[in-house]
Order: sequence, then structure tokens, then C-alpha cells
Amino acid sequence: MDDMDFIELDGVEKVFDVRRRTGFMRRERREVRAVDGISFRVPRGEMVGYIGPNGAGKSTTIKMLTGILTPSGGRLRVAGIDPSRERTKLAHRIGVVFGQRTTLWWDLPLRDSYRLMHRMYRIPDSRFRENLDRCVELLDLGPLLEVPVRQLSLGQRMRGDIAAALLHDPEVLYLDEPTIGLDVVSKAKVRGFLRDLNAERSTTVLLTTHDLTDIEQLCKRVMVIDHGRLVYDGALAGLHEVGESERTLVVDLERELPPIELGSEPSVRVVKVEGPRQWLAFPAAASAAPLVARIAADYPLVDLSVREPDIESVIARMYVSDSAH
Amino acid sequence: MAEVREERVVAAVPETPFGERSRLVEGVRAYGLIVAMWLRSTMAYRASFVMTAVGNFVATGFDFVTIMLMFAHVDVLGGFTLQEVALLYGASATAFGLSDLVLGSMDRLGRRVRDGTLDTLLVRPVPVLAQVAADRFALRRLGRITQGLLVLGYALLALDIAWTPLKVVMLPLMVLSGAAIFGAVFVVGAAFQFYAQDASEVQNAFTYGGTTLLQYPPSVFAKDLVRGVTFVVPLAFVSWLPALYVLGRDYPLDLPRWVAFLPPLVAVGCWVIAGLAWRTGLRAYRSTGS
Repeated sequence: MDDMDFIELDGVEKVFDVRRRTGFMRRERREVRAVDGISFRVPRGEMVGYIGPNGAGKSTTIKMLTGILTPSGGRLRVAGIDPSRERTKLAHRIGVVFGQRTTLWWDLPLRDSYRLMHRMYRIPDSRFRENLDRCVELLDLGPLLEVPVRQLSLGQRMRGDIAAALLHDPEVLYLDEPTIGLDVVSKAKVRGFLRDLNAERSTTVLLTTHDLTDIEQLCKRVMVIDHGRLVYDGALAGLHEVGESERTLVVDLERELPPIELGSEPSVRVVKVEGPRQWLAFPAAASAAPLVARIAADYPLVDLSVREPDIESVIARMYVSDSAH
Repeated sequence: MAEVREERVVAAVPETPFGERSRLVEGVRAYGLIVAMWLRSTMAYRASFVMTAVGNFVATGFDFVTIMLMFAHVDVLGGFTLQEVALLYGASATAFGLSDLVLGSMDRLGRRVRDGTLDTLLVRPVPVLAQVAADRFALRRLGRITQGLLVLGYALLALDIAWTPLKVVMLPLMVLSGAAIFGAVFVVGAAFQFYAQDASEVQNAFTYGGTTLLQYPPSVFAKDLVRGVTFVVPLAFVSWLPALYVLGRDYPLDLPRWVAFLPPLVAVGCWVIAGLAWRTGLRAYRSTGS
């Protein structure tokens, strides 16, 4: 392994056998290819977003990368280790945060969980204290250390989980939906922390998310998975081009009018009219300013807002255009 | 920056990958660490611990009260006196109490599989079995052991046993092997929960149900049931056979005298099976994720 191939996947597959009861004593067996031949490389120190709709295979990939699940086929290495064969050895070198479930001990104060991690991972005392102090300071955990985990809010718990995943100085951090359900302030705090971590310690980070803002603020590179296949791997900006995604301009006019017509802008079209409010779709890559200026010149404009394309629709378009070729 | 990375290498270099023996050592160490944490947390609420332990003592002690009430109406039960039944009861309750204390938390595995929190145990560098067994270690279960030991003590004082060195050795051997046999049943039961998340109910039938069964003399049960708990799920080796040896009474099913010395071997056999079952269950989980 060299630093360019810190995480390596070659044609990795995961096939589940789903049994469904179709009648009394009768069962139907069906193969589900949750991950269907995925290959990619992540160099050491990179921060990569791993996105896709629900059920696309994101979590399954993370579970294979951590050694929880055994792949059905292909080759997979993290830091030169085969995760499913040497799960406990790999555990010393990775940190995992599951957004939906905590790795902390639910009924115990946060501090007890950390103390246990200290011994369990055999973290040298000075290193442990240093890492804990740093996390406590940057993630504002000070007042929470004596609070049982079950009493923490979702945002507090998530910060506690991130700290827990970093005490043993992992070389790679997997985050599965780390900002799900967090309020705006908590999200910003978590993102800022991850950015600093990656910059200062060059920890490799792989994160799955539904929130495009996470990716925009953290990752230069994004991989999109759908139906178990990698459909995009590159810069976030390119994603919009590939997906031919559109932004939406919502305008409120003074009164009900027929759909706005801008003869010279064929790429702009009205997608919906509801009383005085109209929705116009335009290419995500184009600027909204000239469009707004033109509408304001010709129509009695009262108010407006621009909506970014959501990740689901970008990917849906990408998949449609992908299978069209 | 360079300094940070250098230090990290020191911290992150893992121990040599464990072989079979050091896996066991690792597991016991992790078990100890987790149990110590729960003990500390239990002891932070001493009054609550005392109350739940007393509650456990009283609740489990009711089983013996039931037996005493029965003996208020009859002098012998299946040919056994109250003192003799007390020996069977005390041995089985103590053995079961020990394994319940050490491994009783394993019936939560099914829930962990269902809600997905088992995954969080799989990303830690210690054996999963140790983590599942030590989870929510409940010291209050000392209550059951205490009442078992009290009844056992009463039986030994009240009975007029012709003691031999072998019989003396048999007592601790019986309790420890019995605890190990019950422990193996706990582990097999947990392994089944990888497949059927509600299997803990079936497991309870063998553990909690098994200890209740063993509290009565074998002579009160149908022969087929006795055969089942001798040859299929070998609970008879927990207390019946060694206790009958100590009492000098006949064995059920015309078994030879020496079977009373088999419990340690039976326990080893049960653990081999339990280990295989656990490994198979965990492997199945890791290939299906459910």
C-alpha cells in the first residue's frame, strides 16, 4: 500500500439473499445486489463525500470498509488490511461514526465511555489526555462529560460520538450521516471540526450524507452511488453538469398572470403556476442575476427566491441520463 | 505537524494480530474492563443497588418458599425429603446464578441485531462475545446466588451425609461445572438470536426453565423429559447427577455411578459447541447484515 491507495476497492460486490414469505410455508428467494461491482481509490488525507439515494448501497459499502460485513466478491483494502479478515486489527486504525446510532454506552456518563475506550484501544495515557482535551475544547463537550449519554440532545450526542471515534488517532474516519437531524449551529460546528481535523492531522475522511451542504463545505471530491453502482466520481461542481441539474427560481408577482415568457432564454421554462406565484427552472450552472433582471423589467415582481437542486433529484437525473446512453 | 504524525504512528500501531489463545485473553480482558465500568456506575448509586439486589434475592427465593409450602402438606416429594430437595435446589440455583451473573446479559443480543447497534460492537478492537456478555453487567444478580448458597448451606447442615473426600470435592466441582454448562446454553441461545431475534424466549426456556426443573428431584418427571435433559441438553449434569452421588441416591435411567464425575467434561463439550455456534452465528450476521 502506498499513500495514494490508502483505501482500495476493486469490483467489490455485496449480494444479499432476501427471503420473503409468500404464503404459508412458501418462501420466495431473491438476490439483491446492494453493492454491484464498485471500484475506487482514496489517497491518504483526502476527504470524500459518498452520496446516493436511500438504499443505494452507501451504508453497505461503509460496513464492508469497517469489516462489519464480508464482501461477496471483489477486493477491498484499507491501509493495506483486508477489513473482513482482520477486523479487530483494522479497528485500531479506523474511527466510525454512525449518525443514527451511538457507539457510546447509553446509560453511562460520556466520560465513562471515553475512559473505557482509553483502555479498550490501549491508547497511551498522554495521547489519550491530549486527544480528549482537544475534542472537549473544539466540540464543546466540557459541560457534557458527566451527563449520561441518553440525556444528551442529538447534536450533543453526535459531537460526543465524533470525539469517541478520534481518541485512538485513527488514520481514517468513516462518517455515516454525521449531520442527520442536527440543527444549523450543530451542523456548522461539526463541519468546522472535521475540516480542521483533516487539515491538521491529514486524517482521511469518507462521509455519507443527504445534505449537499456537507459536501460543498467539506469535500473536493464526491462519489455518487445508485443501485449499487458508482455513477459519478469527481468534483462536486462537475456533478451538476453531469446531472444537467436545474435550479428553481420562485417568483411572486403582483397578481395572477399567464406563465412568464422570456423568448430569448430557451433553457428557462415555467414548471408550475399557482396564483401569482410561478416556478421557473433554469440550468444550475447559469447565473440567476440576469434572469431576475429580465423578469423584473417585464413583470410586476414582488418577491423571489432561488432553490438549489436537491441531491435526490440531481442523482435521479444522472441515473436517467446514464441509462439513456 | 510532522511531530503529530510521528506520535500517531506510535499510538496506532496495533498489537500483533491475535491467535486463538490471545483472542481468549483479549476477550477476558475486555470483559473485565467493561464489567469494571458497570460496577463503578452501579456503585455510584449504592442504595439503588442494595434495593435491587435484595429484590432479586427475594424474588428468586420465592421458588424455595414454594417448595417449603409444598412440604407443609407432604413429607416426601418423589421419594425425596425437604433437605434433599434443598441440596438439589441450592446446587442448581447457585450454578445458574453464577452463569446468569456472568453471561445473563446475552439475551439482549437479539435486540441489538434488530436495531442495528450490534454494528457498533463490531468496529471495536475486542471480541464481540466479550462485549455482548459484559453489556449492562448486573451485580444485583448476586441476590440469586446468595439465596442459592443459603439453601445449599441449609441442606448441608441439615442432611446427614456420609462424607468421603470425593463427595467433598464433588460440591465445588458441581457448582462450577454447572455454571459452565448453563453458560454454554446462554451462548448457544445468543448465537440463535443472530438468526431469530426473538430466540431469547427459547433460550429462557432452557436457562430459567432449566434451573426450575433441576430444583425438583428427577423422579417427579416423565422419563422422556429426564432423557432429554441428560442426553440432548445435558442439564442433568448441572446438579442432578452429582447431587444424587453426594446423597448416595439412585440415578435416573439406570445410569452408572461414574457419570457423576462427568460434569467438567460435559461443560468443556458444551463450550466447544457453544463456541462453534457463536462463530457460525456471527459469520452469518456478517454476511447478511441482519
